[in-house]
Amino acid sequence: MTNGQFGFFGTDPWGIVIVKVLGIFALLVLLTLFTIWWERRVVSRMQNRIGPNRVGPFGLLQSLMDGFKLALKEEIVPKGVHLAVYWIAPIVSATMAFVAFAVIPFGPVVEMFGTYTPLQLTDFPVSVLYVLAIASIGIYGIVLAGWSSGSIYPLLGSLRSSAQMISYEIAMGLSFVAVFLYAGSMSTSEIVTAQQPVWFAVILLPSFLIYVTAMVGETNRAPFDLPEAEGELVGGFHTEYSSMKFALFFLAEYINMVTVSALATTLFLGGWQAPWPLSLWEGANTGYWPILWWLAKVQIFIFIFIWLRGTLPRLRYDQFMKFGWKVLIPVSIAWILIVATARVVRNEMTISTTQILLSGGIVIALLLVASWLLQARADRKADAKEQEFAEAQARPFDAMAGGYPVPPMPGQQAELTTRRATASTTTQEAIDG
Amino acid sequence: MTFVEANTGEAVVFWICAILSVAGAIGLITSRKAVHSALWMALTMINLAVLYIANSAPFLGMVQIIVYTGAVMMLFLFVLMVVGVDASDSLIETIKGQRWAAIFLGLTLTVVLVWGIGSALAGVPAVGLEAANREDGGNVQGIAHLIFTDYLIVFEVTSALLITAAMGAMVLAHREHWQPKPTQAELSQARFLGAGHPGNLPGPGTFARHNAVDTPGLLPDGTPAEVSIPGALKARGDVQPVDIEDVHAIEEADSL
Repeated sequence: MTNGQFGFFGTDPWGIVIVKVLGIFALLVLLTLFTIWWERRVVSRMQNRIGPNRVGPFGLLQSLMDGFKLALKEEIVPKGVHLAVYWIAPIVSATMAFVAFAVIPFGPVVEMFGTYTPLQLTDFPVSVLYVLAIASIGIYGIVLAGWSSGSIYPLLGSLRSSAQMISYEIAMGLSFVAVFLYAGSMSTSEIVTAQQPVWFAVILLPSFLIYVTAMVGETNRAPFDLPEAEGELVGGFHTEYSSMKFALFFLAEYINMVTVSALATTLFLGGWQAPWPLSLWEGANTGYWPILWWLAKVQIFIFIFIWLRGTLPRLRYDQFMKFGWKVLIPVSIAWILIVATARVVRNEMTISTTQILLSGGIVIALLLVASWLLQARADRKADAKEQEFAEAQARPFDAMAGGYPVPPMPGQQAELTTRRATASTTTQEAIDG
Repeated sequence: MTFVEANTGEAVVFWICAILSVAGAIGLITSRKAVHSALWMALTMINLAVLYIANSAPFLGMVQIIVYTGAVMMLFLFVLMVVGVDASDSLIETIKGQRWAAIFLGLTLTVVLVWGIGSALAGVPAVGLEAANREDGGNVQGIAHLIFTDYLIVFEVTSALLITAAMGAMVLAHREHWQPKPTQAELSQARFLGAGHPGNLPGPGTFARHNAVDTPGLLPDGTPAEVSIPGALKARGDVQPVDIEDVHAIEEADSL
């Protein structure tokens, strides 16, 4: 892959590659431990609790200790499992989570042990697609875990989970297209460079919003955490897993959260580049400093994940799928169409400012008319609903509704009956008087 | 045609991936479980993708994983898991001599493909990957250029074919609603108006002398509730009759 286009990539000596690999591994494990602690603390604060605060300073070592405990627990392998696949599934999940980080840029070219090398393990012309590909292999871990457990609930959980990930991966992939069009590349390092004056989150705001929504769905996090809806599915695909194998799934889930956050940072928030007030300082984008900005941006996304979990209730499955397929995907496609048209117009035609303003004005006028029509329709519907409700209220209350006792509808008045009356005769008679 | 000696890294990648992909292919045809076969196939696909990437076709490699491993194979797995084809399919030949015929046809196909493609490519001058990629400024750009210029119609026709297939699948799976879909409120009303029990059935053993599942629960007036007994027990005839003494005892206690 050492084509001249990617100057520094693929030319590192072995030692540097090993240092980078170990660095990424350590960073991801530490970030997982930190994220678990942070999530517990933030959610606690949102629920007026304190959260873990005993082990280490501010309870920071809590998740490390929990990890030790989890690994040392007894491993229970149920009788009906397909043993080989049951073993492979958590390994696939965790490995793919780590591997996806190979193309995430942490910083610019720096001097490391006397050689100049970028703060990124590797890069190639399609590295964003690489992240998508690795994510789709990661889904195998979940599907296989559910199937090999030989039990219905995990199987349902895993089918849900993979259906969800596949559906939201489409919206996710579509949100990348506008970025590719603007950056003119699919390599992560070039996308970061292309965001030199403005971040893509600003000029491609719809793409950014779609990506942020899709990434929550992709990682199975609240409010899209249907695969582990404990009220419906016990624990989801990892119900039958315990000890170290469960820990691997846990690890994979948190690393995936970091991965999608890192990808959002890379594609939309300018990657490792310093944000505005800091970018005034000359040295902000040189040396090892960018790692700090990168971490800060990733942590913002992680905080959003936690915030959502602390705030929103879980969606219903059909509503969630409808949202993915009937809202996110069509909106992404329409947006890509707009972006592509704009690019073509800018690249191929000489167009005056008056023409741009005129066509923009026409589009806005059309949108206004359309929104007015839609509003009128919605008003009519609301009126009809109100009338229906008034009619329902006017109807006399039938406490037995033809068989079983029912409570009154909103607005209806129930005549209260005495215990004596209900005890002596049937309820219906008591109500009829 | 000039051959370039592969460097060490490439040789290592080749030998690992080649062995794994052949192993996957052998596993695919020798596995007794359909799901295992699908997994071996996924292994083969991923290793082929790695080989494509190692041969400077990164786009092809990635698309191979995303489309084939991630989507097509996953759909296969879904079907296999939901349909539950895991009762190790018997190795009896349903058509006589099908195994030998399959081996023969497979080998014939291999020969035809190798021979056909080999002779078709024999006369083509090799430009070299570097030169071919340099023409458009990169591998991805080169593919994009070809797809959207020389092969535009083929590409569009293929996509139309795929869309038609997807539409066909949707039409086959679609169920027309002859009546408007019942709302949640309508469903709950229907449940209460219907002949069946509207909520959870009463539990067995409730208000009886013992709480075993084979004893019917007693209604407030002391009569046994037949619906409280699980259907399977009733079918087996395993229901314990309620001791009428118990009922009397309850009645007596009530009347005090």
